[in-house]
Formats: sequence, structure tokens, C-alpha cells
Amino acid sequence: MAEGIKDKVAIIGMGCTRFGEAWDKSADDLMIESSMECMEDAGLEKKDIDAAWWGCCFPMGGLSGLPLSMLLKLPFIPVTHVENFCATGTEALRAASYAVAAGVYDIALAIGVEKCKDTGYGGLPDFGGMMGGTSRWDMPNATAPGLFAIMATSYFAKYGLSPEEGKRTLAKIAVKSHHNGTLNPKAHMRREITVDEAMNAPIVAWPLGLYDCCGVSDGSAAAIVVRAEDAKKYRPDPVYIKSFNIAISSGEEKMYTDWDYAHVETTVRAAAKAYKEAGITNPRKEISMMETHDCFSITELTEYEDLGISPRGRAKEDVDAGFFNLDGQIPNQPDGGLKCFGHPIGASGLRMIYEMYKQLQGKAGPRQIKNPKIGLTHNMGGFPPMNVIGISILGL
Amino acid sequence: MVGITSYGAYIPWYRLNRNIIYSAMGWLNPATLTPGEKAVANYDEDSITMAVAAAIDCLNGLDRGKIDGLYFATTTSPYRERQNAGIIAAALDLRPDIRTSDFSDSIKAGTGALLSAYDAVKAGSVKSVIVCASDCRLGKPGSAQEEIHGDGAAALLFGDSGVIASLEGAYSLSHDFMDHWRAAEDRFDRSWEDRWIRDVGYNEFTSEAISGLLKKYSLNTKDFAKVVYPCLYTRAHADIGRKLGFERGQLQEHMFATVGNTGAAYPSMMLVAALEDAKPGDKILVASYGNGADAVFFQVTQEIEKARERRGIKKHLASKKDLASYERFIASREVLTIETGGRGEETAATSASTLWRHRRAIEALVGSRCKRCGTRQYPPQRICVKPDCGAIDEMEAYRFSDKQGHIIGYTGDSLAFSINPPQMYAMVDFEGGGRSWFDLSDCDLDSLKVGMPVEMSFRRKYHDAARGVYGYFWKAMPIRA
Amino acid sequence: MVGITSYGAYIPRYRINRNTIYSAMGWLNPATLMPGEKAVANCDEDNISMAVAASLDCLNGLEREKIEGLYLATTTSPYRERQAAGIVATALDLRPEIRTADFTDSIKAGTTALLAACDAIKGGSAKRVIACAADSRLGKAGSAQEEIYGDGAAALLLGDSGVIATLEGSYSVSYDFTDHWRGEEDKFDRTWEDRWIRDVGYTKFIPEAISGLLKKYELSIKDFAKVVYPALYVREHAAIGKGLGADPGQIQQQMLATVGDSGVASPLMMLVAALEDAKPGDKILLASYGNGSDAMFFQVTQEIDKVRDRRGIKGHLALKRELTSYEKYAAFRGTIPIEKGIRGDEIAFTQLSNLWRERRAVLALYGSKCKRCGTPQYPPQRICVRPDCGAIDEMEDYRFSDKKGHLFTYTGDSLAFSTSPPAIYGMIDFEGGGRYNFDLTDCDLDSIKVGMPVEMSFRRKYADPARGIYGYFWKAVPVQA
Repeated sequence: MAEGIKDKVAIIGMGCTRFGEAWDKSADDLMIESSMECMEDAGLEKKDIDAAWWGCCFPMGGLSGLPLSMLLKLPFIPVTHVENFCATGTEALRAASYAVAAGVYDIALAIGVEKCKDTGYGGLPDFGGMMGGTSRWDMPNATAPGLFAIMATSYFAKYGLSPEEGKRTLAKIAVKSHHNGTLNPKAHMRREITVDEAMNAPIVAWPLGLYDCCGVSDGSAAAIVVRAEDAKKYRPDPVYIKSFNIAISSGEEKMYTDWDYAHVETTVRAAAKAYKEAGITNPRKEISMMETHDCFSITELTEYEDLGISPRGRAKEDVDAGFFNLDGQIPNQPDGGLKCFGHPIGASGLRMIYEMYKQLQGKAGPRQIKNPKIGLTHNMGGFPPMNVIGISILGL
Repeated sequence: MVGITSYGAYIPWYRLNRNIIYSAMGWLNPATLTPGEKAVANYDEDSITMAVAAAIDCLNGLDRGKIDGLYFATTTSPYRERQNAGIIAAALDLRPDIRTSDFSDSIKAGTGALLSAYDAVKAGSVKSVIVCASDCRLGKPGSAQEEIHGDGAAALLFGDSGVIASLEGAYSLSHDFMDHWRAAEDRFDRSWEDRWIRDVGYNEFTSEAISGLLKKYSLNTKDFAKVVYPCLYTRAHADIGRKLGFERGQLQEHMFATVGNTGAAYPSMMLVAALEDAKPGDKILVASYGNGADAVFFQVTQEIEKARERRGIKKHLASKKDLASYERFIASREVLTIETGGRGEETAATSASTLWRHRRAIEALVGSRCKRCGTRQYPPQRICVKPDCGAIDEMEAYRFSDKQGHIIGYTGDSLAFSINPPQMYAMVDFEGGGRSWFDLSDCDLDSLKVGMPVEMSFRRKYHDAARGVYGYFWKAMPIRA
Repeated sequence: MVGITSYGAYIPRYRINRNTIYSAMGWLNPATLMPGEKAVANCDEDNISMAVAASLDCLNGLEREKIEGLYLATTTSPYRERQAAGIVATALDLRPEIRTADFTDSIKAGTTALLAACDAIKGGSAKRVIACAADSRLGKAGSAQEEIYGDGAAALLLGDSGVIATLEGSYSVSYDFTDHWRGEEDKFDRTWEDRWIRDVGYTKFIPEAISGLLKKYELSIKDFAKVVYPALYVREHAAIGKGLGADPGQIQQQMLATVGDSGVASPLMMLVAALEDAKPGDKILLASYGNGSDAMFFQVTQEIDKVRDRRGIKGHLALKRELTSYEKYAAFRGTIPIEKGIRGDEIAFTQLSNLWRERRAVLALYGSKCKRCGTPQYPPQRICVRPDCGAIDEMEDYRFSDKKGHLFTYTGDSLAFSTSPPAIYGMIDFEGGGRYNFDLTDCDLDSIKVGMPVEMSFRRKYADPARGIYGYFWKAVPVQA
């Protein structure tokens, strides 16, 4: 009988680079930075690590575990490359956690990295032939913002929001994240914006404008995990894993006509399992803070409903009320989120956990949330009709 | 009795007023101004896609499984090796055990293909052949051709039962008359002096072919309800008819000022327009022009009334959108090199073996329908996508290309590269079930709404110039006409 | 009874040993080495000139006035607009009141043109149609195609009397199989992986078409004296026949090691070779390959023995000269730019209205013959050239293209530009009278002698790439067989 991962694994060290357009840094430079900070934080050296998982979605530097092991000069230990779209970072940590929980290793490293800004154009690398199979023909000439923008048109239509009302709600989400970003020295974007600016920004993919879209960034984040019972040997304030859950689309969203393209079904499914594993019965009451996957403002809006925080179709009311602001009941994206911390694909899942880790330890500086108990990260890879959701719940 | 059993046509949505061309390029050749507008293929259309559209119109409500051949006439086929007729047949989901051929290299190829289709049925080789004629010719910026050449297609189904217009006779003329030419490595037509073309070629060959036909079959101009021949020059077009002894009312309207000279498709498109108005008993004479001429005549039967449900020429003419920019026109035809940005230059290789394995899914938009629960799904699945079914390998082929659907969510994407930005695409739910996402074309972002009905159109998906590949797929568009 | 009434073929004189190509380019792709040689069109030959040559062979001794149509199949036409069939028909001096069409864009176009010609006769549209096929495809330097592709042509006259091989039935399959392709702006073929082409296309479609034919007509492979289908791969060519149950002796010898893969022309050239050896009563099965396959079968009649006087395949195979230089080969095919000097770059404009007026003189080599004194003269004269005659406007047309002559005098000119220097030209005296100066081709300066017999060959006289024009005229060739 499966018992779940609750309280079996603890994070004893983390590192995260500043995210942004690191024109002078390679993926290697970023990984060295995050892993060194992580090991220093844990008080460990490379020789202490038993196994490693590295996540990278567009491994321009090569496949397999070699790019990490040869870079860090890891001592002939198992290193595995992990990829699951934008949920890659969460997957790397999940694998490392399960490995120590299983008792196979004592200390495991998870690291995520992405060097997005070597393509020569804005946005993520073109999907062209990357989606495999027949996508060369039967995938629209699409980009990520467009495939999420479709969710905005259908959400607005379903809940009777005019484009003006809808965009205003989305703008408030962006304004909140921009504010949080100004408080984070590692964030990619550190500038306040106004609702009007967000609403009148150039359209990237109708109805999403520039400020509805997260930054495309370079960056890396890393974590070291051990079994919970050993955690206090390394540090007094380890952060414990309460749940890890992944849900992946079954095809029915994209091909069967029941799904409404106004929510993300995988989030609903993954959240239900995660709450059960973590023993949460009323997420709106029990969760202290969140980092959700705000690749686009519409994604964040629907996540509030899909995660069971806001009632279906009524996330707008919570947004209007400031429920998710830094001083709200459940602050979301305290570090600026994908929106302002930035989104180096393979690193983002670990970056979210990094913020929860720092907040739970009370080390989040000017953006410190008062006395948090339970933090949730929600990391999404793919597009609304076909995606990977990784949810983690962390606590003291 | 052998002849036409159905007809269809296609005229692209965009029209370009010749004044717009003249305003942009008239400085070069001030004498080029031609009145009217012309039909312009969208950036994702070419002779193949227009032929598919005309054929779909022609096959409206007919059993595609009964077609034994497809002949394609054009001078602007995207491929010189990879039979274009084969691509069209694949898009139409015709059976593979059919005869296909490309007729090319002359604007009289449309009537040549039509005569060969008639021969094939008459000779008993096949029961039913569809003939598609389509052209999308370029003129150099500032040339008269740039104003005159229009884009369009026609399709005629030939058979020996349910004939709406029987082919009664033909007379051909072949001359290596080099009035205009385009070498294999050239993109644009070149031509000799207009006055010479008009006096020595166009007037002479058209008249000679028609007179030859009349003489051969002992017919009189008065015997015909309509006479159809392409228009290269409006005044000369009228003169030819007059000199042959036709009344003005007998001359089929030439669409020169609405569509333009559509090359190999021109006579067939005019014939379709004539058939739209034809009454049982009418005789219609059709002559092509180009390196000689073919003259053919038809006798319309009672069956004509059964083949009225076509968009044909009339409805396509009425459904149009002004293209207000000359530069958009030349960009869409790849005459102007435009900034695509790095993203626009990203072109993944086309896997021919992948395309071959999935040819029905990609080229004919055939998905699957679960035999157990009836759920339609695209792309074809082996395991049923309906959550409470999940039947394994109980699928049958199901064609989506002829189904309508509606938009459940859409966007206009300015990050994706498009020659016609923003790149619009949508998730589409098909009537009867089935869902997928598709690029949208022939529409404006402003006009889109969640819930609006769409139909499918075979379009050029990409052009990989470095590898000489034109990729095709289906797009969704608001229902025309 | 409808079928083949005459046949002809053409293989260019030049052959290049594949080792010569491999020695030059094998460094790039060491695995490309293929045994044997391939036929290479001379620098003044192309698909049009080869089609004319094959047709002349086919029409040897026959009345050209009775031909009512000419179909040309090719994938390498130099023009996209200016019908190649029309040029060939003009060179052959066929009547203008005929039907002409280019069948193109697929290497199966040759068999489709053959089927369409039979349909035209069977359907009563025409009595006699000549179907010719010619190809001269290029492979990129260092590609397998460069070694495999050979040049050649075949011509078949179809009719309903004097039939030497009746067409008894056909079966076609059409697949948009992108095994190789050439985009409209490309010069060279591109291909997908050979093993895939071989296993999924070549070895599948030909058996599918042949089996379909056998089933449709309830025949067995053993009923056939010869089974003819093109060779893309030597081993698989044999394996296809074996798989169908044919004995090695039933399979028509492929010509990969002597001519190469001549594209559209390949199956028709092999059919001509089969007819050369056929006996009355033989059944011959023919299948093409390319975006599917056309299969058909013929029954040889007693008349076959009346049509032996052809150069055909055998005669042309024996007439050859080795091209020992890869670079000369590449220059002939225009794949390397060569220094032409200022003189070589001088290209006068082609006056098309002038060409049209003089078309019979230029393209069909028509002169005149004085009705008063009987003197043949070229070019056509209005005032008789014979000093003691001088009759005015008493001329009748006189065709020189089918007359033999002898070399009155000649030179090898190193000052004139030629892709195959020195430029050889001389004065020709025609048998029966008439004298004119002509370029000489397919010969070496060393082998030429005053008084040697020559015959006329339709050739590309010049290419004017700046204006997209290929000019054709007749040249003299020493008679070798």
C-alpha cells in the first residue's frame, strides 16, 4: 500500500541564480552558480553527493547526464537527464526525493537549468518540428502565448466577461507580480507597472498583451535532499516535503469535446491527489502561500479555480479583493513568479520551491510572509489541452 | 452519353483593385492601367490548394469513392517532380487505384486535360474522372501581367451517367506561338508585344478553332446559347465574338475585371459560370487559347437542375475581401523579401516517411471514429479518447475535411511568424464530434468569435525554400458564401 | 483494335562511365559508386530535342500529315509556359489542327500519356496520336542521382489500323509518395532515404499495379512474354519480377548500366526494346513507377514484322562515344559555370514575331522547291536560286529535315564560342538538291571528312538565360547507322 512522500524527505540546501537575460553566461556558468550556492547552503561538498538528476528542456549542450557530471566533475555517480516540458525542474527534485526516500541513496542533488536566450528571437524556441510525430503539419503555426491566449478567449466567453473586463482582471495579476518582483534582487524584472499599462500594452497573442506574458529568461536552481530523519544532522531548519504530484493530459482535453478550454484539467487532478497526500482538506484555509505557474496571466487566473482556492468562474472576485497579494490571505508569486522572476524552463520548478524554502525558513527579506506554515508550488509544462502538472507541498 | 456530370469553382477571398497596383508601380509603366480588380490567392494558397477547393465544390454531396481518375491542369505547379495531381487526389481522399496526371506548360492545358478526361470515359478506361484546372501566375512588378493575371480554379467531373452537359465535339489547333513564355528557372512570365499577340495569335487562333469546330460539325453560331473563350484583351474579346457572328448576349461574361486572366483555369471557370445559368437543351461552345487552341462543345441536359448546389463562380465572386496593400500582395506571393525574424526562418525538415505513414490523416484530414462508442477523434487514435470507453483498436476511418465545426477558443498570435499577421488559430469542435486545433485563414481577427462556425480548407502550411518543400495541411475558416 | 502502330527511341551518343563521375566526385560520398555507364545528352540536347529524335525514329517512312495529336511526357521541360509538345509537333512538321499536351511532374507521366493517347483513339477523338517521353534529369554533384540518372527518349505512335501491339487493358495506382521531389524553383532532384524508397515505394507500387492488372483481367504472370518496368535498383528490379512469379527470362532487361534511369522515358524505352524482340502473339506487360504506377498490357500482332526499320534501343545503344571528362559532362549539363569569354556571352535577342513567321523554315527545316526547275533551296526563296531559272513566286514547300546530305566542306572553329569546342560547322549538300551551312554535332573534328554522309538533328541552338529563352534549330550529324 503506497504511503505517499509526506514527511519522508527534507530539503537541506538550495541555490538559485539571478534569472534574466544572461548574455554573458552559458548554461554551464548558471549551473555552477546554483549548485555552489546550494552546496554551501547545505554545508556539503561534491564528494558527499550520491546521485544527481538534472533537468533541462532544450539541452543545447547535449543529452544524457554528461553535461552536468562533466561540468561539476561529479565523482562517477549516477546522473540522469530529466525532461517534462516546463515542469522539468519539479521532476528533477521529485526523482531525487524518491531516490532518498527509497533508501537507495543518502544525499541527492536536483538541478534545473535553461539557457533560453540563445535563439536570436523572442519567446521560447519555435515548436516547428519539436513536438514530434505529425506536428510538422497538424499543429497550428503556434507559440506558447497563443495556445494560452485561446484559454482567455474561451474563459471570457464562458463566464461572460467582456474583453475589457477580462483584460482588467488579468492586468491586476500582472501588477501584483511586478510589485513582488521589485522586492526580489534575483528577479528578472524589477519594475512596478500599473493596470492601465498592462491593459494597453502591445498585444502578443490576442487577448494577451506583453504584461500578460512571463519573461523568457536564463537561470538555474538546485536543491539537495536527504531522508527526513537525517535532516537535522545537516541544518536546524530543513524544509519537509508534504506532497509531490504529477498529472499529465490523457488526450481527452485536446481530442474529446467535453473539456471547455477554460480550465486546466490536469491541475484539478494533481491538486486533489496532492491535498490528499499532504492531508489538506481546505486549501483556501490551510495553505499559507503559493508559487503557481503564471507563464501567462490567464494561466494564473484559472489556476486559482483549478487548485480549489477560488470558486469556479469567480477567481476574478479574489483577484479584485487582493486575496493573492503579498499582504493578502494567500500570497501568490511572492518572488515575482514566472512573470517577473523569469522563466528558464528547466529551472522554474526548482525556483518556485526555492522561494517556498526561503519563506518557510524566514529568509525571504523584504518580501517575507508572516509565519508561513504550508507552501504550494504548481508547475505546468505544455499547453492547456496537453500538459504536465507538477504540484509540490512543502512545510516545516 | 459522356460529358460533365458536376462542376465546381474556386476564387480566392482576396481581391486587389488594379488601381492599388497602379498606384504603387504605375510610375514604371504608365500605360499599364487596367480597370477593375483581380482575385488574389492568399499567402497560403497556390495552384494545388485552389484545385482542391474547386474539386470539393464540384464533389459536393457526391461519392468520392467512385472517382477513377484526377487530371490536373496548371502552369504553376509547386512541384516539377512529385505529381501535383497526386497531392490533390490525396487531399480529396480519393481511392489510390486511380489514374492521375498533370497537364502543364501551356494555358490551354485546361481544355487538353478536359478532352483527355472525356476520352478516358468514352474509351471505357474509366467511369468517372475529375479535371481540375488552377493557376496562380505572377507578373513582374510594374508589368501588365501583374495587373491582368488573376488566381482561380475550376473542377469538372466527367462521367457517363447523370451527365449535365454532354461533350458533343472538339477541334484543336496547336501552334508553337511564343506569345508569352516562362523558362523552367523563371518565376515570371515574359511576353512579346501585345499588339502582335492580339492580332496574330489571340484573335486568329480563337476564331480559327471556333470556326473549325463549327465547320467540322456543320453548326452555326446561332446554335449556341453561350460561347466561352478567355479574355486577354477586353475589346479584342468582344471583336472575336462579333466577327464570328455571335450576338453580345451569347458571349459568356469574361470576369476580366473581377477575377483576371486565370491562365489554364480560365476557360473552365468561364464554363462553370455558363453552366450555372444554363438551361436544358442549351449548347455551349468553349475555346481555350494558348500555343494554339482547343474548341469543344457541350449540350446541356435535363440533369443540369440537379447540380445547382455549388458555390461555383457566382457565390465565390460575391464573397470577397479587398486587399488594400500592394506590398501585402507582393509579400504573399514571395515577390518581396520580407523580414521574417529568426523565428520565421526556423524550418524543421519535412520527414517524407512520416508524411507517407500519416498521409490520410495529414493530407485528407482523416481521423478515426470509435466503433464501440461512436466518438470521432483527430488525429486518428488506436485507443479511444472518450474517458469511459477506451476501446483499443476498434476504430474506423472518419473524414473531417468535409465537416463543419465551430470555434471554442482562438487567438491572433503576434509572436508566431506569419506573412499575414497576426497568426490566427483556434480550437475547433466538429459538428458530430471531434476536436483539434487549426490555423485559421481567410478571416480577420476582429471578425472571430467563440462559437462561430468554420469549414476546412486545404492550404499551404509552410514553404521550406532551403529544402524545396511545400507542406500542406488543413486550416479552418469562417464559412464562405 | 487500338494500340501501338510504330515505335522509336533515342539515346544520346555520349556515355559517361560512372567511374569517371566517381573519380571526380566520389570523395564526397564514397558509397555512391555504381557499375556501368550512363547516356548523357550533348550540350545541345534536352528533353525536347530528344523527343523530336525519338519521334523521327518512330515516324520513319510514315505519313506525318495523318497524325492528329502529340502528347509529350517529361519532368524536365525547359519551359513552364510554352508547350513543349507544341515545339516537338512543329519540329516534326505535324499539321496545326491537332491536339497537343504536356504530361508532367511525375516520372509515371510517360505511361499516363500513353494511356491518354489510347483513350483519344478509342474514344473516337483522334485516329493517330504520337506519345513521346523524354527526360534529362540532373543530380547534384556527388549525389547518387548524378550517377544513376541517364538521358533518353521514346516515342510510340498509337492508332487503330496497322496496330503492332494492341492495348488490352490497364490498371493504375496513384500515391502522393514523396520519394523524390523537385520544387518549382529547383534544378536538382532531392530524395528521401533510399532504403525507404526501395522498401515502401518501388518494390510495393509496381507489384501492386501489376497484381491489380492481373486480377482485373484474370491473367497470370506466365501469360506474358515480357514484363517491363523501370529499374531504380538492380537487385530489387530482379526481386520484383521474382516476387510476381516471373522467370528471369520474362523480365525485360533493364538499362541501368548502359543508359541509366531516364525518368519519364524509362518504361517507354524499355517497352520499345521489348517490341524490338517481340513476336506476333506475345503479350507484353508494362508498368511505370513514380507517385504510384500505371500498369497496362499489350498483345503483339502480325504487323510487328513490318515495323523493324527503326534505330530504336538496339541501334542507339550501339552508337556511342565515351565522354571521358567529368568536367565536360558537368559543363554540358550546365551544373558548372564555364568561362565563355565575351564572345560567348553575346546573345542576340530572339525576335519572336520573326520566329513565328519563319517557324516552318526554322523549326521544321522547310525550304522551297521551284515548281519550274525543281531546285530545292533553303531557306525558302521567292525567287529561284538557280541561275538559269530565276522563277518568281513559283515555289512549293520542301522539307529538308528528313533528307540526308553530305558534307561539302567544314571547319573546326576555335574562335567561336562552343561548350564543346571547337565549334564544327560546314556546308551540307542535300541528296536531291539544296545546300546550306549548318552546325555539326555529335562528332569530332578528327573523324570528319569532306563528302561524308550526314543527317539532320533538331538541337538546342542557344540558351539565353537572361531572357529565359532556349532557341532550337537543326544541326547536321554524321550518319553512323
